Amino acid sequence: MYHCGDLTPKQRAEWLVSLPTLAWLALFLVIPAALIFVLAFRPADPYGGIGAGWTLETVRALWAPSNLAIAVRTLWISLLTTAVCLVLAVPAGYTIARASEKWRNRLLMLVIVPFWTSFLVRVFAWRSLLHPEGPVKALLQAAGLAGPETTLLYNPAAVVLVMVYTFLPFTILPIYAAAEKFDFRIVEAARDLGARPFQAFRKVFLPGISQGLLTAFLVVFIPALGSYIIPDLVGGPSGEMLGSKIAQRVFTDRNLPHASALSAVLVLAVMAPLVAVLALQRKKKRADIIMGESP
Amino acid sequence: MSKRFGAVRAVDDVSLELKKGEFFSLLGPSGCGKTTMLRLAAGFEVPDAGRVFLDGRDITDLPPNKRPVNTVFQSYALFPHMTVRDNIAFGLTVAKRPKREVRDEVDRMLRLIRMEDQADKKPDQLSGGQRQRVAVARALVNRPRVLLLDEPLAALDLKLRQKMLIELDLVHDEVGITFLYVTHDQAEAMSLSDRIAVMDGGRIEQVGAPAEIYESPRTGFVAAFIGDTNFLEGRVRECPEADYCRLEIAGLGEAASFNDRQVRPEQAVVLSVRPEKIHIAHDRPEDAPRRNGFPAEVEDVIYLGASTKYWVRAGDHRVQVLRQHSRYFYDDRPIRWKDRVWIWWHADDGFMLEGVKSPQ
Repeated sequence: MYHCGDLTPKQRAEWLVSLPTLAWLALFLVIPAALIFVLAFRPADPYGGIGAGWTLETVRALWAPSNLAIAVRTLWISLLTTAVCLVLAVPAGYTIARASEKWRNRLLMLVIVPFWTSFLVRVFAWRSLLHPEGPVKALLQAAGLAGPETTLLYNPAAVVLVMVYTFLPFTILPIYAAAEKFDFRIVEAARDLGARPFQAFRKVFLPGISQGLLTAFLVVFIPALGSYIIPDLVGGPSGEMLGSKIAQRVFTDRNLPHASALSAVLVLAVMAPLVAVLALQRKKKRADIIMGESP
Repeated sequence: MSKRFGAVRAVDDVSLELKKGEFFSLLGPSGCGKTTMLRLAAGFEVPDAGRVFLDGRDITDLPPNKRPVNTVFQSYALFPHMTVRDNIAFGLTVAKRPKREVRDEVDRMLRLIRMEDQADKKPDQLSGGQRQRVAVARALVNRPRVLLLDEPLAALDLKLRQKMLIELDLVHDEVGITFLYVTHDQAEAMSLSDRIAVMDGGRIEQVGAPAEIYESPRTGFVAAFIGDTNFLEGRVRECPEADYCRLEIAGLGEAASFNDRQVRPEQAVVLSVRPEKIHIAHDRPEDAPRRNGFPAEVEDVIYLGASTKYWVRAGDHRVQVLRQHSRYFYDDRPIRWKDRVWIWWHADDGFMLEGVKSPQ
């Protein structure tokens, strides 16, 4: 533990340089987040404002079965989205990293091209694609894979589909970056030592890009937990997530304490995997340092 | 075997047979196809033509993991996320051998490379020499029929390289399996190998024991690549005896040479004489049968510590002469720049090369 007086000149300089950033973070992240936590313990007034005094009612109301169902759904939709993204992104990142330079640039371009169009427009595009009279259903019906009653829109599957579509580039890029730095001669060494292609992939390639996998996981899972636009536009009542619930509390019910309580839960849920990953990394780093010091 | 990459013939109609238990080196400049040969043996490349046999079994179509050969890679390619122990155990683990056996075998290997106390370190905590030893152990633990080594010492500095050279030799003696060693360093190949194949441009120039390759190279490339040599272009004048010929060296004079080629008069040949086979002194040597002596002028003196290299002008030729300092280097009249000297060598110490253009 350092006390102020213990700081070396270098550490003091580091603090000084970080000060603007820290001030920014405090002003626009820490204080608003704290406000949200505080609001959760205040009563609502009938006109959409904040009442006087303190109450635990809102926090207790969080345990309502309807909320729990939405929380569970938010969790599994986010996990499923992340899993599908990773499963698709690993071969994609691998292929791009192994492609010749000419092809690598083309493929990377294809990954980035969707960003040229507004996110909202792309989600609306999916709405028309999945619409009961849209082309996807027509195609599936023609192939005999869908009946006239099949609904493609307004269910959790649609949410997962559009979320995977949205987050896939964010997964491919860190995995590609890790695969590009990966020394593929190590895979050759594994094959030489008797590993079948898939064994070499699992035992050598995946651990080799673990940092990229971790980044990809966080980059998808955390925004997925908080998604609001996608479930709102393609989810319908059965595809509701925490994000859409919060929006509903703010805009429809005009109940800020309820919205705050839900938001607080979401913030805690998002922080849990982050803290876990950071702790894991720190533990690993410490173990490496200790190993390095041994004779 | 043949293998081409695009328009490049990396390995061009090459045939090679290794004897069981021997230390065999593929030696040549970079791009000569030696690494491709190794990769063909390991199974990382498939030949365009030809087959690969091991103990009489055709293994051409087997993938690397099914071949009973293992490789020590130039970069070592150790698994960075695994400890030394897990690296060495990798082959046995994927082969699903019992845990006890894996542990015992890995311990045996750790003893062999004398790294028992480093077993729990990660590769990035090891020195270059230690990594190299782990790479060897990781390959040997699988008891391969052939161990393939791809320039395993290239990344090490000179002193360490010499030390590892001796260690590799000891390991080979101890495990007794066939080693196929790829290198561009003739000193490495000479000191380790039972036999060497010298390669150039995807072809094998000569196969033989180190002394054979050095003392009687069959081509100009081999003569120039292995050690230093002087090339003297000339023409056969007569062969009065069966074993000796007299040559007319353009711009120098007449020289006698041992005739191991069965050359005929009027044939164009190149006489190759190694620098250390040539004597140098101020005084004219006594005439002796089959001794070739010429007057010369010293143009350069390069002191090398254990020896000195002299570049002398003899006739139209620049000839290099190497003189070992056996006891007294500071003799009465050290040979200096611009000195008039005599150089001579015995007819048996030169060798004729046919149909080659002097690479110099």
